[in-house]
Amino acid sequence: MDADKISLISFGYFDQEILEKISADIQDEFSFPVWHRRGNLDLGEFYDPKRRQYNGTTLLKKVETDFSQVNEKTIGLFSVDLFIPILTYIFGQAYLNGKTGIVSVYRLNNELYGLKADDRLLHQRFRKEIIHEIGHLFGLIHCREAECVMRSSTYVEDIDQKGYKLCLDCRNRLLNK
Amino acid sequence: MNRKISILIVDDEESVRDSLYNWFIEDDYKVECAEDAKKALSILESEDFDIILADIKMPGMDGMEMLKRIKTLRKDAIVIIMTAFATIDTAVQALKDGAFDYVTKPFDPDDLSHLIRNASKQISLAEENEKLREKMVSLENIENLVGRSAGMQKVLAEIESVAQSNASVIITGESGTGKELVARAIHANSPRKFFPMVSVHCGALTESLLESELFGHEKGAFTGAVYNRKGRFEMADSGTIFLDEIATISPKMQVELLRVLETKSFMRVGGTKEITSDFRVISATNRDLKGMVEEGLFREDLYYRLNVVNISVPPLRERAEDIPLLVDYFIKKYCTTMNKPLITIETAAMKRLEEFSYPGNIRELENMIERAIVVGNGKKITLRDLPIGKETVASSVESLDDLEKNHINQILTKYKWNISAAAKALQVDRATLYNKIRKYNLSQKE
Repeated sequence: MDADKISLISFGYFDQEILEKISADIQDEFSFPVWHRRGNLDLGEFYDPKRRQYNGTTLLKKVETDFSQVNEKTIGLFSVDLFIPILTYIFGQAYLNGKTGIVSVYRLNNELYGLKADDRLLHQRFRKEIIHEIGHLFGLIHCREAECVMRSSTYVEDIDQKGYKLCLDCRNRLLNK
Repeated sequence: MNRKISILIVDDEESVRDSLYNWFIEDDYKVECAEDAKKALSILESEDFDIILADIKMPGMDGMEMLKRIKTLRKDAIVIIMTAFATIDTAVQALKDGAFDYVTKPFDPDDLSHLIRNASKQISLAEENEKLREKMVSLENIENLVGRSAGMQKVLAEIESVAQSNASVIITGESGTGKELVARAIHANSPRKFFPMVSVHCGALTESLLESELFGHEKGAFTGAVYNRKGRFEMADSGTIFLDEIATISPKMQVELLRVLETKSFMRVGGTKEITSDFRVISATNRDLKGMVEEGLFREDLYYRLNVVNISVPPLRERAEDIPLLVDYFIKKYCTTMNKPLITIETAAMKRLEEFSYPGNIRELENMIERAIVVGNGKKITLRDLPIGKETVASSVESLDDLEKNHINQILTKYKWNISAAAKALQVDRATLYNKIRKYNLSQKE
């Protein structure tokens, strides 16, 4: 593998304690040290006033060119509503077999769907999405196993139904890479 | 479906292409992109895609025009039209022009997944349907191999022993003995049975047509090649190709065929891409192929390549004991097909059938039974329903005079003894006909 560590870069405020827990889970799954640092980025240039959302495609490119380092897999963490030109929204995205991905907590929040805030659930969803995108960085594609974290999710309910760990097949694929 | 679904994305906006590419690649689809219709059509000329996702507004040729052109290349292509400016008119027009579906950008992630899932299901069903149809034909045809005679039992045993292997088989036998049925039986009992068996009647095609039929062609390869077309070798991938009347192919085709059999790869006519296909070859002939090799009319190397196993199907006259079984089988088959109650056959008629020599073999017997069911009284097949008279049965000992007498009598009866009409039909003058009537003592029966 071309990386020796995984870095989480938070753009905006994220609870440090939650990030530490997520980092521990990532380390368990991928057996790489996980680092955390803050990033500063003016998100204004990625805002699309017509869609009132942030362009995930250009944001991903920016994180890759300005923040990603050699020999690391990087995930940019955001709290804004992301889209890609063809889709109405995304939870996150990553370059398959690449070194950079992004995840946003925005659409993982219960309150967006008119439900009562649930920090525990939000934390679980965030953890699953980050691990999912890191899986793509290591070349894993979507998995059909219901419990597998690499299962594709289009709604938050889909995220809730899957687990936060890789299934046996995905784990074997990861080991063979 | 085990194979990867392939998707071609056609959009002039790089960000859209990239987004879709990344989205599909994560779902393990095989994806390629084109920035305009011209590039997409050029890609499609050399490669088939299961799904084409095309933008409607593009510089140069728009998505609607491209849709029409794609449909001329491949009628069954699944094209999904995308647009940022949806109107009912364009949507209806796209569907009328053969689009699979129509979506408005940007779409919900779930809509996109559903769309592709539906398209994949359609592809999968079409492929499954094709395979099942092939399988049904195979299973139906193995039942047609009827016979308890020693000759037929030997053929059945040979089919059983050879079916499981991948060896090339050549089936020899007179016309109408059921060589294709034997080929189908081998295929239906082989591990390839869930894949197609593709038949090619080599004798019915000219050299150039046969080449295009076997190897396929690219659009524009020759006059009339308006579509890209898969060849029979390509269609038979994972299955069996049956080359009937193999002795009729030209020396040039013999060389090409030998190369394909050795390498299992070929190029479409007018194509540049090497295509590989995993097929088993079964061929058939009613001629003496070995003799043709000795005379230099058939390549020896091709002969040995085709003739790993030889199955010889006996003519019907050498297995007369199978005739009652075959008659029963064909009666059941045609009564069912014609939705008629099951009928029987009178003893005299069966005896007549057993005595006949059948130059056309089983095909001739089958036609006789079908005809008898059509013209018969619906209860029993009688002698009158059979197109063979006693004189025909004894044809081997019939004299030329007898033949002439019978024929003239038949024509006179047909024309109700109108001498002018009968003479015209026989292509002789009236005086000649009168002389023949006198010679054979023919008279009009009341």
